[in-house]
Amino acid sequence: MSEKIIDVRNVSKWYGSFRVLTDVNLTVEKGERIVICGPSGSGKSTLIRCFNRLEAHQEGDIVVNGIPLHDKMRNVAEVRKNVGMVFQHFNLFPHMTVLMNCMVGPMWIKGVSQAEARKTALQFLERVRIPEQADKFPVQLSGGQQQRVAIARSLCMQPAVMLFDEPTSALDPEMVSEVLDTMTSLARDGMTMVCVTHEMAFARAVADRVIFMNAGQIVEQGKPDDFFSNPQHERTKLFLSQILKH
Amino acid sequence: MLYPDTVESEVLVHKPWFVGVMFAAIFALFLAFDLSGTLLGELMRPVIGEPLESGIYGRFAIAFVIAALFCLNVVLIGFASLRVQITIVWLELLLLFLAFFKTFNLSLPFMAEKLPFLVTQGLFTTIYVSAISIVIASAIAILGAVAKLSTNGFAYAIASFYTSFFRGLPLLMQVYLIYLGLPQLGFVIDAVPAGILALSLCYGAYMTEIFRSGIQSIDRGQWEASRSIGFGFGITMRKIILPQALPVIIPPTGNQFISMLKDSSLVSVIGVWELMFLARTLGQKSFQHMEMLISAAMLYWVVSICLELIQSRIERHYARSKIR
Repeated sequence: MSEKIIDVRNVSKWYGSFRVLTDVNLTVEKGERIVICGPSGSGKSTLIRCFNRLEAHQEGDIVVNGIPLHDKMRNVAEVRKNVGMVFQHFNLFPHMTVLMNCMVGPMWIKGVSQAEARKTALQFLERVRIPEQADKFPVQLSGGQQQRVAIARSLCMQPAVMLFDEPTSALDPEMVSEVLDTMTSLARDGMTMVCVTHEMAFARAVADRVIFMNAGQIVEQGKPDDFFSNPQHERTKLFLSQILKH
Repeated sequence: MLYPDTVESEVLVHKPWFVGVMFAAIFALFLAFDLSGTLLGELMRPVIGEPLESGIYGRFAIAFVIAALFCLNVVLIGFASLRVQITIVWLELLLLFLAFFKTFNLSLPFMAEKLPFLVTQGLFTTIYVSAISIVIASAIAILGAVAKLSTNGFAYAIASFYTSFFRGLPLLMQVYLIYLGLPQLGFVIDAVPAGILALSLCYGAYMTEIFRSGIQSIDRGQWEASRSIGFGFGITMRKIILPQALPVIIPPTGNQFISMLKDSSLVSVIGVWELMFLARTLGQKSFQHMEMLISAAMLYWVVSICLELIQSRIERHYARSKIR
């Protein structure tokens, strides 16, 4: 009955001769919330960037929403329509207002009318609780607000899955919680999410599964309770002790 | 604007030492020239008596008055607001220029008589040739920039060969090569199209580099965000990358436009009746070269100023999204 949104089988990837991903296997089911953590350079960002082919993998298969990702551009475009992505540095379009940032996706890809795109955009800006900023330019907003706009922009495309690539790492401490709150409420509404993050409290509260990566491999995965209280692997124990020390 | 220092300091032209140095420099400069025979000497007659017989005293007095007037002028302008300062200094420099041209004893009636023809034929052709070339050059530049940034070997090789060749040859030679060289291949080409072709190809090569650097200045994240939403290459380029690259591209492109306007005078060598060509031929008949050259110079300048104004307007338009 469960529907696979992302199916990753035996995926490997090299940068030149350096192997970034080694034989990764992972399935994400509809409605599942997954948190990927791990030391820097472990390939976690690279992995989720493979899910919408911002990076190309060299071996193995990735199937997203039933569409196999390979070199055919048509498939890639189709997958990207169904996958929303939120970046560490927001990457809002600085030459457009917040509202336009949210409208252009539906308008230029789905051919939605301007009025309808506007309605959807305002609805999702309401959702991330910043409708009053709609007519400002991104530079006029705080980091946390910009990241929430970026989330709204992705949601406007009504994706089947949302990918978060360290969404809070570039934010001031005070602004982290407003973004995490938004993500938590998304999770409550049943959005399928894959988050690369170091926010362990968020992982504990929201995730269905926590995945730990090291040196391009999935070392350990499990339900958050088991994962945090009873890590099996030495590397996981070391990582958790480092990150939870303070 | 440079980064404005938040520490208030006294205006430079109000500092006594600066005014003193300025006064001394101007005074010394004019002491070196004997101006008693000019209009200035005539104006000073009540003070120095017969100008031509005033000798060293006359020189001294004239230099003193000039230096004093100059310093007073500068100090007074120092009190005005920025806008007023800019306007006054512009006008004063312009007046000095006019005074300089006045010493040529130009025949104004001659200039007035020839000016309409100079504008309707010469300036019209200049603008017509430059405008078409600018449009073609911009189109070439976008294509060239995309080709130079692509991973396609053919596109890169063709584009880099093109920019290397047309940036490497003098424009004058390109004009000759196209006008005299193409007929060798069987394409007989008129002077005006040949000129437009040469200008477009040459400026297209320079602008290719400007566009390339502009596109490269945009953060990779913008590409990633755009592609991850699902936009294709075309939309990403036209709607996301180029609009952001334009503020970087526009100042040097404005330079190119202005420089193209003046370089269009090079096509006069193949007999296009543009401004420079007409100025020379009209002046030659009656040996009134200076009149025509100065008229043409002024016309070039006026059109350049128009281009500058357009450029600053566009720059202001694109500054919108940067205001905090």
